[in-house]
Amino acid sequence: MSHGETIWTEDPPFPKNARDAVENAQLRRNIRKATTTIRERRASVVAEMPDWQALRETGQAIKDDVLAHLDRYLEQFEQAALARGAEVHWARDADEANSIVTSLVQQTGEHEVIKSKSMLTEEIGLDDALQKRGITAIETDLAELIIQLGHDRPSHIVVPAIHRNRAEVREIFLREMEDAPADLSDDPHALADASRRHLRRKFLQAKLAVSGANFAIAQTGSLVIAESEGNARMCLTLPETLISVVGIEKLVPTFRDLEVFLQLLPRSSTGERMNPYNSVWTGVTPGDGPRQVHIVLVDNGRTNVLRDEVGRQALRCIRCAACLNVCPVYERAGGHAYGATYPGPIGAILTPQLVGVEHASKLPFASSLCGYCYEVCPVKINIPSVLVKLRHDSVRAKKHPAEDAAFAAAATAMKGRRGWTAALRFAPLLRFFRRGGPPPIAQWTSVRDLPDPPKHSFRDWWVKEHTAQHAERGDGGSS
Amino acid sequence: MSAREAILARVRDAIAPAHLDGAAEIPRAYRQRIDADIDTFLSRLHHYQARTRQVTEQELDATVRAALAERGARRLVAPDGIPDPWLEGLEPLRDDPPLDPHALDQSDGLISTCAVAIAETGTIVLDGSAGMGRRVLSLVPDYHLCVVRSDQIVGSVPEAIDRLDPVRPLTFISGPSATVDIELVRVGGVHGPRTLEVIIAAG
Repeated sequence: MSHGETIWTEDPPFPKNARDAVENAQLRRNIRKATTTIRERRASVVAEMPDWQALRETGQAIKDDVLAHLDRYLEQFEQAALARGAEVHWARDADEANSIVTSLVQQTGEHEVIKSKSMLTEEIGLDDALQKRGITAIETDLAELIIQLGHDRPSHIVVPAIHRNRAEVREIFLREMEDAPADLSDDPHALADASRRHLRRKFLQAKLAVSGANFAIAQTGSLVIAESEGNARMCLTLPETLISVVGIEKLVPTFRDLEVFLQLLPRSSTGERMNPYNSVWTGVTPGDGPRQVHIVLVDNGRTNVLRDEVGRQALRCIRCAACLNVCPVYERAGGHAYGATYPGPIGAILTPQLVGVEHASKLPFASSLCGYCYEVCPVKINIPSVLVKLRHDSVRAKKHPAEDAAFAAAATAMKGRRGWTAALRFAPLLRFFRRGGPPPIAQWTSVRDLPDPPKHSFRDWWVKEHTAQHAERGDGGSS
Repeated sequence: MSAREAILARVRDAIAPAHLDGAAEIPRAYRQRIDADIDTFLSRLHHYQARTRQVTEQELDATVRAALAERGARRLVAPDGIPDPWLEGLEPLRDDPPLDPHALDQSDGLISTCAVAIAETGTIVLDGSAGMGRRVLSLVPDYHLCVVRSDQIVGSVPEAIDRLDPVRPLTFISGPSATVDIELVRVGGVHGPRTLEVIIAAG
């Protein structure tokens, strides 16, 4: 099965990438500044909501209901969308999704598509797949444009260029954007203005757009996109053909359910009471927007996740990235260290489940299990509990000869009194391994301090003490 | 087996043990109504850097004309349903036949009404009916003047959802277009109108 770009690489794995990343002072400064800002903003707009916990409860319940009846909601969505003039396509994996989109583009005869930000199209590697067929995808979200022009990868779910500061963005624009003004400053206003002018011409000429969706409403067949810049609205309204690529877990049952998610999402993601634009559209609206509307429903590993009783809660995720912004590991390692489309705590539980834990075996360990991610999750995904479960799966999926030998030896020693007493006698020798020792012991000791082993065991002490007391008192009582 | 059948079969197989009959009971203990008033709505709009004016019904026509004059907006996109007195002395662009994107780009702005407004979040919602027009009209021009009647303002998001028709094309607008993509600094005005002005008319 093809997973597209869900993971870029397991080699080097997270621990190596993270070690390199924490030595990059610029990167750490950029991410620290950004995550600190967004954390404070989120905290203040969440604190003003007296019913925040009730909203989280409802968000969780709605998504759990969707997952428990996903087959029914998918069929209902398809029927409603068809009835309103959309065409619905289904894709088992990344390759199938890419080939559906490619052939839809080819049918129009166009060689250029404008794209609004979509994590799923990152996950399936759509831009590269289109490029191979001679079709250019133009990213229109400012952060995605910075990533595309910088030949870079996204490092955050909501603000993908969070690892770049204003000076770096200016350099990328000057180098790669043909119509960037020569005297471009690094003021974010000037940079945003350069992107407005660069993209406007492309928007006004576009015949074809590809989008994702934040929510798909089963009851009405509607799709919903939340955004800030208006680039998604351009994609949804200007071209003649719109292709929306949607993960099967994006469903919500009814239009009314939006009243919950339109409160949870903006406050959790960008720390706003409401993001500048939300669009809701249903199939084709005569005289308003695209005349051809395609919806591609994509599985690409989601049904694997659904199978796992503990892990399936990851499919509740509404991609707000609140868990990334509070994670001490993300803040220090950055998004690229995870080597996958979805970084941070949610990525650490989603990626191994989408591609199989054997292909991303280090990610469940990329966490200190502090639990902050669970606390801020708007749909109450218990990320730490899924991490622990995946650690278990990851350990079981691999052979561990050294540990197995150690535990076998421990089992033998603990079987009887004599073996245990003998083993304890050797315990003081462990002090030689406190900071070093030969492999595989060094793997453990190089990053952890062992406590000093006692000079003699409790048993030895007990025997000595009591023998002495007994000798003093001369009572010879049993011990 | 088609991809559709294959995916549905995989879903059914995955959820078989958890499958419940009938709809699950969804708890909804969050606030349905909020006593947020016009002042809250105004303060939210100011927070988004939108301009606002508050007038009586009698002052509305003159205020609209004054706002447009201040802006210097003459070639204004005017969807069907915009009252003539608002457009006196202007060269309104009618969207019939539909204006092409370049014409919208070169216009001085859009004047519209709205379907509903949300005080708590400072949001106006357009639904494409009379006075609002196609979605793209409120996107390509650089200036948007929106007239909101005070009885269209509800307190909470749930109250607004309750008033809306889901199969109309809906656009929720909360302030001018913005981005936080560079260092999370909020920068107003990326692709949508860089100036949003709201006139609230009593009644």
